[in-house]
Amino acid sequence: MAFDGIGASVRRREDARFLRGRGNYVDDMNRPGQVYAVIKRADRPHAKIAGIDTAAAAKAPGVLAVYVGSDMAAENIGGLPCGWQIHNKDGSPMAEPPHPVLAVGKVRHVGDPVAVVIAETKQQAKDAAELLSIDYQDLPVVATMQDALKPGAALVHDDAAGNLCYDWHLGDKTVVDDVFAKAAKVVKLELTNNRLVPNAMEPRAAVGECDPSSGDYTLYTTSQNPHVIRLLMGAFVLHIPENKLRVVAPDVGGGFGSKIYHYAEEAIVTWAAGKLKRPIKWTAERNESFITDAHGRDHVTTAEMALDAAGNFQALRVSTQANMGAYLSTFAPCIPTYLYATLLAGVYKTPLVYVEVKAVFTNTVPVDAYRGAGRPEATFLLERLVDVIAHDTGKDRVALRRQNFIPPDAFPYQTPVALQYDSGNYQATLDAALKTADFAGFESRRAAAKARGKLRGIGVSTYIEACGIAPSAVVGSLGARAGLYECANIRVHPTGSVTVYTGAHSHGQGHETTLAQLVVDQLGVPFEQVEIVHGDTDKIPFGMGTYGSRSLAVGGTAMVKAMDKIIAKGKKIAAHLMEASVDDIEFKDNKFTVAGTDKTKSLTEISLAAYVPHNYPIEELEPGLDETAFYDPKNFTFPAGCHVCEVEVDMETGMPEVVSFVAVDDVGRVINPMIVEGQVQGGVAQGVGQALLENAVYNENGQLVSGSFMDYTMPRAWDLPNIKVATEVTLCTHNPLGVKGCGEVGAIGSPPAVINAIVDALRDYNVRHLDMPATAPKLWAIMQSARPAMAAE
Amino acid sequence: MPQVTLTVNGKQHTVEVEGRTLLVELLREKLGLTGTHVGCDTSQCGACVVHMNGEAIKSCTILALQVDGAQVKTIEGLAAADGTLHPMQEMFREHHALQCGFCTPGMVMTAVDLVNAHPDGLTEKQIRDGLEGNLCRCTGYHNIVKAIAAAWPLMHGKSMPAAAE
Repeated sequence: MAFDGIGASVRRREDARFLRGRGNYVDDMNRPGQVYAVIKRADRPHAKIAGIDTAAAAKAPGVLAVYVGSDMAAENIGGLPCGWQIHNKDGSPMAEPPHPVLAVGKVRHVGDPVAVVIAETKQQAKDAAELLSIDYQDLPVVATMQDALKPGAALVHDDAAGNLCYDWHLGDKTVVDDVFAKAAKVVKLELTNNRLVPNAMEPRAAVGECDPSSGDYTLYTTSQNPHVIRLLMGAFVLHIPENKLRVVAPDVGGGFGSKIYHYAEEAIVTWAAGKLKRPIKWTAERNESFITDAHGRDHVTTAEMALDAAGNFQALRVSTQANMGAYLSTFAPCIPTYLYATLLAGVYKTPLVYVEVKAVFTNTVPVDAYRGAGRPEATFLLERLVDVIAHDTGKDRVALRRQNFIPPDAFPYQTPVALQYDSGNYQATLDAALKTADFAGFESRRAAAKARGKLRGIGVSTYIEACGIAPSAVVGSLGARAGLYECANIRVHPTGSVTVYTGAHSHGQGHETTLAQLVVDQLGVPFEQVEIVHGDTDKIPFGMGTYGSRSLAVGGTAMVKAMDKIIAKGKKIAAHLMEASVDDIEFKDNKFTVAGTDKTKSLTEISLAAYVPHNYPIEELEPGLDETAFYDPKNFTFPAGCHVCEVEVDMETGMPEVVSFVAVDDVGRVINPMIVEGQVQGGVAQGVGQALLENAVYNENGQLVSGSFMDYTMPRAWDLPNIKVATEVTLCTHNPLGVKGCGEVGAIGSPPAVINAIVDALRDYNVRHLDMPATAPKLWAIMQSARPAMAAE
Repeated sequence: MPQVTLTVNGKQHTVEVEGRTLLVELLREKLGLTGTHVGCDTSQCGACVVHMNGEAIKSCTILALQVDGAQVKTIEGLAAADGTLHPMQEMFREHHALQCGFCTPGMVMTAVDLVNAHPDGLTEKQIRDGLEGNLCRCTGYHNIVKAIAAAWPLMHGKSMPAAAE
């Protein structure tokens, strides 16, 4: 029998249904009596709603109802809640303006929902929505952070003065300023982190229904975390208690963060289903996804490093403006603070860091976590800054990194920005990546490329991230309004097969395979006899879902803890059946054995005894073999690694091409190498997309001009190279599996590797920095405007 | 309402549709073949690719009425009648060429057409260029390209010519 425990590249069991077209995504579901919702959205970024005439739409064929914001307000429906509260420098709480489900009084971004039309067919609902007449009075628009922060700028929310959500900081400014005043050298870099649209391939969808006999609600939704949606929507928006509300997130076609949040449409279809007693389906069209899914990134930053004469990093000083968009999405406030600023030590022993972050409201789509969330922004800043320091001081960029690395014997390592890294070896991943990429042989490849009319460059990024989120008490003290533990229920059935109910959610990660491998490893149950169930609040005791690369580190550990309980109970049953002391029972390879004897009982025999307890220690032990564990992590996990990118820029056209990409990542213990490799490759693709192609662009009128796949450049197969992936392992020290997480490393480590390579390619033009995306027109313009420096070649 | 008669995965259907009904809507909503997906509204993503008379087309970009009399094959009809996966499906599984699975049906149908259309061999560049009309957000395409290259010899019953490798 093939080995399919921890460490095996087991082929994915979920593929069988996906490859046959038998996936079960939300839009594939059709409930008896189902009707359709279409949402009328603001076509302008900022306006007063003077009136809405719904009469014609309400009379249109097939229409069952038309609802507007005041209809929901009249029923005391709450606004969409924000899950994280940040405090200002002065200790006061952030501005937290209301976020109505359907706009009330004003619209604040293109795409803001204004009305919903519900009809027998989708086409009837669409036709009727065209008949809605909305009387808007346009208001001045702030489309960028720069505009929003100008004195006297129009306010997105009347109660958020200066369009400021918060003005937050971390570190001791006085101490850091003092180091800068005395530094041998200060290197300063201004950069932007471009705004991105997550664009999971499955558009969001929701089906709400209300059982007319019980009054129970069910919401089927494209979510990464159904229990969180049940909590947020039930408790804060619709006031439905958990026992009357079921949330199901079935097969979900990609998330990347954008499906974490509680969105208006989920509340609309659930609420309206209760009123109409008909199941209601809403499915986004892609143009709606662009203007309603939370966007990512969008930072403007000034960063400075103080150095001593030898090039040792002495202090980092950072000032960042972070775009929140028009409303606070579920986790928006924590992204540019506790997921960004706390990572600014990077892999370096910089002793002092001071960061200040202004979060800004604008008339744009809300911004929240997108793959990496805060950590790509921190990594881009650091890894660009290190290259710029090398540029400005003439030091070798690799040697400069090595010189400032936290050494492998320094763990656990307390950073100056709150985090304590438990393990890592940054030299090892750097060495391995440079070797695989043949860094040493680069110059000959550059010369050969030049002969072909191409400027070739190589870039290095040595990154770290904090994931496996997160210890509840820690995040609670930082403003989180939720705990971030995970739950697992392990059910050993009477005949020995196992069902795992996990609060983690798979939307491409392959949990049905990887998590089953954990059971194979710990309980010795054959892979085929293990079932993983996720995504249904009626089946799974509880869960916080999947984001922040937490499924294995937190969810997997909860499974280990529950299986520990299974084994502990099994030992008691085995001791009874084999008339031995519990202390003498050992469990290994699916068998309970009396130590030092050949007396043995299989897990199946034990589970059968547990469910048919004729000969059973019934006085001391309950029947059944079904255990639940909640696991709250002790710390974040800290994957790290080195990405090396090689590019060529066409000297005639400026067209950049990634010709080689090597990622060597330390993600801790690897459960399924094939899946880890795929996760890294996918993350790198999104990072290359950010670096070279993708950009969410608003014009001064507040219109998203890159609002479709014809305008927003998604990476296609021809844009990407083969992506070589390898791992180096240091184990996480605080979870029993030793795992760190692999979902985000690709998107975190890769953008600066690409841009460092582009800047290196343009070294003859003395380019110091380039903002993303590094498109052909941008590179062509540089080559036209700058005379090549007289390089040695 | 007008009627359209078409054969889908070997089975003939006569369906009433509105003039504006798209083929993908007919497949998903009238025939319950939800394996074919809709990922965009601008004919860019390829999640809806099916075969019409043996060639890959985007079913979001053709009216149901235009398909009258045609043979349509969807992802549900690709495996053999006994359930054996088509070599392309098998290679996608073997090479981990899918993650969330949403783009997969369209990607597989495009890949089958791409391999069929290149009986003399298929280079990596030809594969990447041939996937122009299909977006995947999960995999970075690396494993999709590998899977298609691996399916070519299985589909053509011969090894890939050296020049194409």
